[in-house]
Amino acid sequence: MKTKELEEFSKTLRKAILVSLNAAKSGHSGGSLSSIDILNTLYFGGVLNIDPNNPRNDNQDRFVLSKGHAAPALYVCLAYKGFFNKDLLYTLRKLGSPLQGHPDSKKLSGVCASTGSLGHGLSQAVGMALALKLKNSPANVYCLIGDGEMQEGLVYEALMCASHYKLDNLCVILDFNGLQIDGAISDVMNISPVKEKFEAFGFLTYEVDGHNYDQLLDAFERFKNTKNSKPFALIAHTIKGKGVSFMENKYEYHGKPPTDEELDKALLELGVENGI
Amino acid sequence: MEYKATRDAYGKALVEIGIDKNIVVLDADLSSSTKSAEFRKAYPERFFNIGIAELNMVDIAAGFALEGFKVFASSFAVFITGRAFEGVRQSICYQNLDVVLCGSHAGISVGEDGGSHQAICDISLMRSLPNMQVIVPADYNETYRAVLALHKNKGPFYLRTSREKSLNFTTHDFEIGKAHILRQGIHACIFACGPVIEFALKAAQELDKEKISVCVVDISTVKPLDTDTIYNTAKNVGHVFTLEEHSIIGGLGSAICEFLGENLPKRIKRIGINDKFGQSGTSADLFCEYGFSVENIASKIKKSLEDD
Repeated sequence: MKTKELEEFSKTLRKAILVSLNAAKSGHSGGSLSSIDILNTLYFGGVLNIDPNNPRNDNQDRFVLSKGHAAPALYVCLAYKGFFNKDLLYTLRKLGSPLQGHPDSKKLSGVCASTGSLGHGLSQAVGMALALKLKNSPANVYCLIGDGEMQEGLVYEALMCASHYKLDNLCVILDFNGLQIDGAISDVMNISPVKEKFEAFGFLTYEVDGHNYDQLLDAFERFKNTKNSKPFALIAHTIKGKGVSFMENKYEYHGKPPTDEELDKALLELGVENGI
Repeated sequence: MEYKATRDAYGKALVEIGIDKNIVVLDADLSSSTKSAEFRKAYPERFFNIGIAELNMVDIAAGFALEGFKVFASSFAVFITGRAFEGVRQSICYQNLDVVLCGSHAGISVGEDGGSHQAICDISLMRSLPNMQVIVPADYNETYRAVLALHKNKGPFYLRTSREKSLNFTTHDFEIGKAHILRQGIHACIFACGPVIEFALKAAQELDKEKISVCVVDISTVKPLDTDTIYNTAKNVGHVFTLEEHSIIGGLGSAICEFLGENLPKRIKRIGINDKFGQSGTSADLFCEYGFSVENIASKIKKSLEDD
């Protein structure tokens, strides 16, 4: 899909996130909506080379959602990509569902690594990138981390290692929405300066508007075309709760699903019909 | 009898199985101590030093395993189980990955480095994790055979090795989940794991002189337990003891108590580290100080029989 189509399709994905969260009656709205344009670009903008029928093939790209609480955003992409029946989205967080509260690689096809406890996804992605290099695979590993997640020390162990082993097949994407459960990142535990941190760790670093498809597509194109022994970091400036006015920039919606009324209101804003 | 360190068997066995190109080995700046350096010398392209970052190493091990590699990762027992615990839980055990975590320098016998470096609750940490299998070999031979077996079987595994040389006495094959009766006895039995089994065997020899017959069982797989052997052995003796170079809380002693408590209730005495930290000293001095001497073990058994 190109920019215009991706923009239009993002409404469908946002709707599916909200509908599944509403059905679950729990889960993380804010971070799912802030990261969905990034995931839309990866899955439907022609960035990821993946085949739902053969996801573990050595030549296919890997995506690791290190900020595992944004699971609904990953699930709707996998569902619309054809990894599983879209009706499963209604089972999110329910007993026996493969759509666990946080992604579970053992239960759901398309989930490359189990995540949820923050920081571990990035380190696993580093391990995968090392493994793919050892196998001489042309595949890339993409890993989305949260800005609150950058408070975990493990993140820096992983960045150091990625640089040491010259993992230019690794693209780390930061969903920089500025909010975490307890409030603003800058109030809870400041992580800035961010770009300088990645650069100091030896990453080729770009900043984009994480809701601008032209910029996102361009950045991923740069990553693919720049193989210079350096890992790649993409700082995506985003808005928590993006696309739903009453959720935007509200940390209170970090871990809150829309009520029935809020869902109707949100779908009206997005201009889409209910249903997946 | 020869004395050899179990960690040396780890290094030697890694080189042996390293012919399998699907194996990768990781370490966290302790490869010369854990002996994974032997693999590095033989197969440098499949050895990755992750630096002093044990948690990162464990997650990277998970990444390799997700890509189909058989991973052996090592560090000191105190770090790979404690410092890296969250990665072992979230990334390795939760995903049930084929990873062998080798914790060397386990127990108080690491000696002079002191309590900060002495792993006394690594077995309890690893045993509590779903999917994790816990292997504590008795000596060099058993460690060597265990590594070959772990190569052939699916992890996750925790393999515990020691720094100090210890008596190399086993001749039996190693099979995951199989305990070995090292000597028979009718009055008491000792379920033990790790190199301290040497002391149990010597204590049993001492007690022979006093017509007290003690059975010694090598529980080299602490999880899953060989419940048949444990049940059948405990059934036939009046007094049950456990022995481990580990806290009496959560380790082999606890595992035996849990199993027998539910299936064959009887009084059990645990010999191990009594809920306290270690300290600096030679391993010989520490073994005496913490109650692992042959005399100490023999007298505990004797007293238990006399009290009865």
